[in-house]
Amino acid sequence: MTAKNISAGHLFVLPYTILLFAFGIGPGIYALIISFARFEGGRPQFFQAGLSNYIFAYSDFRFLPAMQNVGTFLLISLPVGVVGVVGLALLLHMRDGNFATIMRTIYFIPGAVAGPTAVLLAIFIFDPNISPFRSLLQLMGYSVVGDVIRPENLPLIFTLLGFFAGAGGWIAIFYGALNSISHEIIEAATMDGCNAWQNAWFIKQPLIRPYIAYMLILTFAGNVQLFAEPQLIAAAGTAPISRTWSPNQLSYEFAFGLGNFGAAAAISLLMLLIGLVGALLILRATTIFRVDAAHS
Amino acid sequence: MVDEASQSHTAPPTRRHGRLYRINNDDWFSSTLRISILLLFAVFFGLPLLWLLLVPTKNDAQLSELAPLAFGSFARVGEAWQNLLGFGENSVARWAWNSIVYTVGSLILGLAVTLPAGYGLAVAHFAGRRLLIWLTLITMIIPGSALVLPLFLELSYLRLANTPWAVILPAAFFPFGVYLAYIYYATSLPKDLIAAARVDGCNEWGVFYYIGLPLSRTLLGLLTFLSFTANWNNYFLPYVMLNTSTLFNLPVGLQVLMTGTAALRPTFATDLPIYRAEVALAGLMLVVPIALVFLFSQRFVISGALTGATKE
Repeated sequence: MTAKNISAGHLFVLPYTILLFAFGIGPGIYALIISFARFEGGRPQFFQAGLSNYIFAYSDFRFLPAMQNVGTFLLISLPVGVVGVVGLALLLHMRDGNFATIMRTIYFIPGAVAGPTAVLLAIFIFDPNISPFRSLLQLMGYSVVGDVIRPENLPLIFTLLGFFAGAGGWIAIFYGALNSISHEIIEAATMDGCNAWQNAWFIKQPLIRPYIAYMLILTFAGNVQLFAEPQLIAAAGTAPISRTWSPNQLSYEFAFGLGNFGAAAAISLLMLLIGLVGALLILRATTIFRVDAAHS
Repeated sequence: MVDEASQSHTAPPTRRHGRLYRINNDDWFSSTLRISILLLFAVFFGLPLLWLLLVPTKNDAQLSELAPLAFGSFARVGEAWQNLLGFGENSVARWAWNSIVYTVGSLILGLAVTLPAGYGLAVAHFAGRRLLIWLTLITMIIPGSALVLPLFLELSYLRLANTPWAVILPAAFFPFGVYLAYIYYATSLPKDLIAAARVDGCNEWGVFYYIGLPLSRTLLGLLTFLSFTANWNNYFLPYVMLNTSTLFNLPVGLQVLMTGTAALRPTFATDLPIYRAEVALAGLMLVVPIALVFLFSQRFVISGALTGATKE
């Protein structure tokens, strides 16, 4: 390659590299600096705080409950998500045809629902007086929305919301992956006496495991960052719910409630670290992403 | 469903002959089970949005008195629309306009940065190329919400917080798009054509402009789809960055409607004519454009996610 080539390559990626440092890597580094800064009258005194922001944040009485809330949410949402998505994708893929296509599209459309709209829909759907599922809710003994949207029900409610909005996209992706399995493998299994259900479980499911790992880790990284749903559901005031339900909310409270950006950064960094570990796990554990497409 | 049954050639004919009765019986049971489960989930995924579409046609009393899927009246939709537009001196129209500006702004800026970057990574060899790809992969998998608070700290230090740039610029950083563009150019650009253009005296920008860009139509569609759907619903970033209500986008505005009116909280003392129907209408302004895009571009999601997947 000539010198002209080298400089052209750099020019092509220059604007992106600037954005990558400004909005991808920069915020992380700046948060690291801020987490060691002391705040007096809103102005940062850099490198003055030692570890005091970390100690302040992690020993706050709301820190452990927030971590527990997100932990409970993960324990419910990850298995429900994986089993639901894999199960539905395999069921759909048992027989290709118009019915499967229509079902797949119906599952996919709620992906348009996110953030405030998802919470709005939840407040409507879990209201036993107006919900389209009102007879079911009344049968379960609920009479007002505050009965359903209660603190102890939140992990399950966020799981249902996440599954409602997110499952369709993953099902579409898994369906695509299932389509790339060679017909010969399925035919051979059928010859050997596998029925459609055995085919799905023993042949197809193991072949899409890299995607299952990918979904699991990406869902984990996303769900750890839970903010909009608990923030909005608390603000909507249908039930008494803590405004520091999730760690990200606690970080927000430190920043904008107390003006303690150092403590806010200490929490953000912890959550970022968790996300980063997840990201590296995906890159290591799956063969989904390629670094050297150009030479393959 | 008739289609379904007629396609059930799962067993090869030789075996099918001997066990015809048993296979049909199995088929009938497993088909029914499969179809029942799938239909049950169709209700779970489909009913809430179908119901939401009908909410603006009803007033608060009708919402509980009429059957869930009953239609109220078109007049009620018009009334709800007028009430919504009247909220706080055209706030809703303003928020909708902001949403469009932020989404389109991030899209255009994002594409202008993303396409050359993906192209450069695919065709040029330069120092730091592998590092840049690794950093792209890592930032692309970290959820955007993990960076929102640190971003706020950084942008308020740069005095950009509470301006439209605080929403547009971070959203124009689109590492997943760069990765897709890189894979796309690396696998689908004819190498001979590039070499020929260079021989004919094209410089690197000329090759990109005359060969790379015209061959990018599919890629452009995919990137536009992904960027638009992600940014139209952007809530956490503008919520943290903006605090002047005339700068809000629709998702943050919807939050104002949900928390600052009596629509969802009957104890809230106000005489604003904002009820459930009005809030639902605002929610639909957010959902319907994306739902329509989704309806016609499911394949983009699949091809986007599967790009770069290793196929044996």
